[in-house]
Amino acid sequence: MIVALDPRVADALAHLPEYLGAHVVLSLSALSLGLALSLPLALLSTRSPRLRWFMLTAASIVQTIPSLALLALFYPLLLGLSLLTRALTGVQFSALGFLPSLLALTLYSMLPILRNTVTGLSGVDPAVKEAAQGVGMTRAQSLFRVELPLAMPVIMAGIRTASVLVIGTATLSTPVGQTSLGNYIFTGLQTQNWIFVLFGCVSAAGLALAADQLLALFERLFARRGNRRLGVVSAGLLVLMAAGAFIPLHGARTQYVIGAKGFPEQYILAELMEQRLDAAGLSAATREDLGSAVIFDALVEGDVDAYVDYSGTLWTNVMHRTDAPPREAMLREMGTWLNQNHGVRVLGPLGFENAYVLAMRRDRAASLGVKTIADLARVSARMSVGGDYEIFGRPEWQKVRQAYGLSFREERQMQPLFMYKAVADGEVDAITAFSSDGRIAEYDLVTLADPLAAIPPYDAVLLLAPKRSGDAALAAALQPLVGRIPVEKMREANELVSRDKDQLPPSEAARRLWQRIQP
Amino acid sequence: MQADHQAIEITDAWKTYDGGASFAVGGVSLGVARGEFLALIGTSGSGKTTLLKLINRLIEPTRGRIVVGGEDIAAADPVFLRRRIGYVFQGVGLFPHMDVAENIAVTLRLLGWEKPAMSARVAEMLDLVRLPRELAARLPATLSGGQAQRVGVARALAARPSIVLMDEPFGAVDPVTRDVLARDYRELHDGLKLTTVMVTHDVLEAVLLSDRMAVLESGSLIECGPTQELLAGSRHESVRALMDMPRRQAERVSALSARASPP
Repeated sequence: MIVALDPRVADALAHLPEYLGAHVVLSLSALSLGLALSLPLALLSTRSPRLRWFMLTAASIVQTIPSLALLALFYPLLLGLSLLTRALTGVQFSALGFLPSLLALTLYSMLPILRNTVTGLSGVDPAVKEAAQGVGMTRAQSLFRVELPLAMPVIMAGIRTASVLVIGTATLSTPVGQTSLGNYIFTGLQTQNWIFVLFGCVSAAGLALAADQLLALFERLFARRGNRRLGVVSAGLLVLMAAGAFIPLHGARTQYVIGAKGFPEQYILAELMEQRLDAAGLSAATREDLGSAVIFDALVEGDVDAYVDYSGTLWTNVMHRTDAPPREAMLREMGTWLNQNHGVRVLGPLGFENAYVLAMRRDRAASLGVKTIADLARVSARMSVGGDYEIFGRPEWQKVRQAYGLSFREERQMQPLFMYKAVADGEVDAITAFSSDGRIAEYDLVTLADPLAAIPPYDAVLLLAPKRSGDAALAAALQPLVGRIPVEKMREANELVSRDKDQLPPSEAARRLWQRIQP
Repeated sequence: MQADHQAIEITDAWKTYDGGASFAVGGVSLGVARGEFLALIGTSGSGKTTLLKLINRLIEPTRGRIVVGGEDIAAADPVFLRRRIGYVFQGVGLFPHMDVAENIAVTLRLLGWEKPAMSARVAEMLDLVRLPRELAARLPATLSGGQAQRVGVARALAARPSIVLMDEPFGAVDPVTRDVLARDYRELHDGLKLTTVMVTHDVLEAVLLSDRMAVLESGSLIECGPTQELLAGSRHESVRALMDMPRRQAERVSALSARASPP
């Protein structure tokens, strides 16, 4: 009962129908598509050893690609396809969310199904196959009446493996914009909401187990009587799955989609925007945990209508600029560039910066006499630095290293969540922190000055999709946020969501933030 | 001419491997008359099973002409050919996922029989091979070896073939059951006016069942003739040795039983 009273449990339960439903639909669709592709391919390959070798090798290679990367790769691929179909037929489809997840998971499901079908068929007693031929069966009759029914236990084992694999991997479809049980895990990790993380893991595991047992039940029911009934069941399943695949296309559609990258500040800002749109009578939904590389493209293509990005990020990663002009100049130039090159409208800066800053423990910085990055460069050769997954690969980091001659003994990538704790515990000597993060104060860290201005400014800016650039209602609803969020208020809100105790959900933090800043 | 009463006519049949470097069957010519029971005997590797499978094209000959029921089988659709010829497999070869009735009716289904006709035929076949009708719903794994063999025979005969090919049909059962099965089959052969070609390595079985015997050695036919004549003597040393064995066994058995019987 005590657990049930925890607001985080109630929050998690409230999301369950949406997350679970999306997860089931996605997994079922991927599995059925995987089946529809793998089974005929496996049957074809019984005729040609070369084809069999090629397919099993291809499927094995796909399996070695990390799932997250495979999912992410499908986004640009589909984006290209989408642009192509728009150019050719005028019809455009969404490259975000369901489709890339479906295709990546389908590919994943294929290896176990292919391999087990091939193994199962080659394991059928040659004497029985000869008997099938001897009583006058054609090749196809032998395959469907004798070989497939006899190989069915092995094939079913493959399908069960594939279903567990797909359901597990589907949690990783969250960063490409597909709602899944992974939303619990990604959001939970970012906000230190362990109940969410646990909830996501347990529900995904439970779903995988249930699917496995359901398939086992089917298998037992229909093992005895081969042909006809098996056909009926598989046809029934396929119809069910096909129906499932269409649900997302006809699901509830909101007018606007607000995007968010995968960290607390972004969740809060997305919630805040959604609440503003709701208040203005416009329906909106948020899409959280989108990858940094995905979200801007999604905005340009209109899969996301609005989100908050940071000027320095756009400047270096989208505009590929290496210089660092002053704040105002950068904002002006960026606004013009985004509009001219992508049709994206910059509604305006929110008023705070979330910059990359180098941060150290206060006592450690004092004892080494480090106040600026230049000071740090003198001692960096003996030091280790922690950063999020992106920073060490970003152009800003190269620039900082060159400008100050920084060279660390070790660069360690970690979850932003663990980064602050790591430097506070002395696990690493410095971290690339986020200037608006509440944990800088919480762990009593000092941020190092950047006298050479090597790190560009990172003003939070509200961006609107090209197709929304003339949407007066949307602009009016979001305008009250522009220039009204000072960094202290943002930091406070961030802390409400990511502190160790008495955490609030992002929606609640957004509500409180609004109370403090509303005109 | 004699093609009219020949059920099977094999002329210079070859099955070679490695482009002719070796052969399983080398230039065999052999005729089987309608209603005849021919036993193909020989040691393992003599090519007798290969020769049998050439007749329903389970194995395609490299060379030679095989005529079944007046038709050159090279021109026939092998699938339809096999549906016309009964086949009893070595080690039974029942389909483990089908029950007895489905196994017996398997060729009938392929031929597109109606359901009631199939059920009636299954019952008829179970009676014919002297199996209780209750067995119809059982899976092959639950049958005894002898029962499984009878189902195998029923399956081969269900579609009313005039020709039956048998590959070591009673090999997997104990001697007593084997003897009963063999005699029951010979009765069926006579009653249904079948033409049967049976492969066996058991000379005694061949002698007791067949009208004619064909002896193969290293892929070649070394002797073919009425069973009585082969029993009486042969110009081939190896055939004589082969035929002597059952006779000597019989003599020893009768001598033993004479000594054991009370005065």
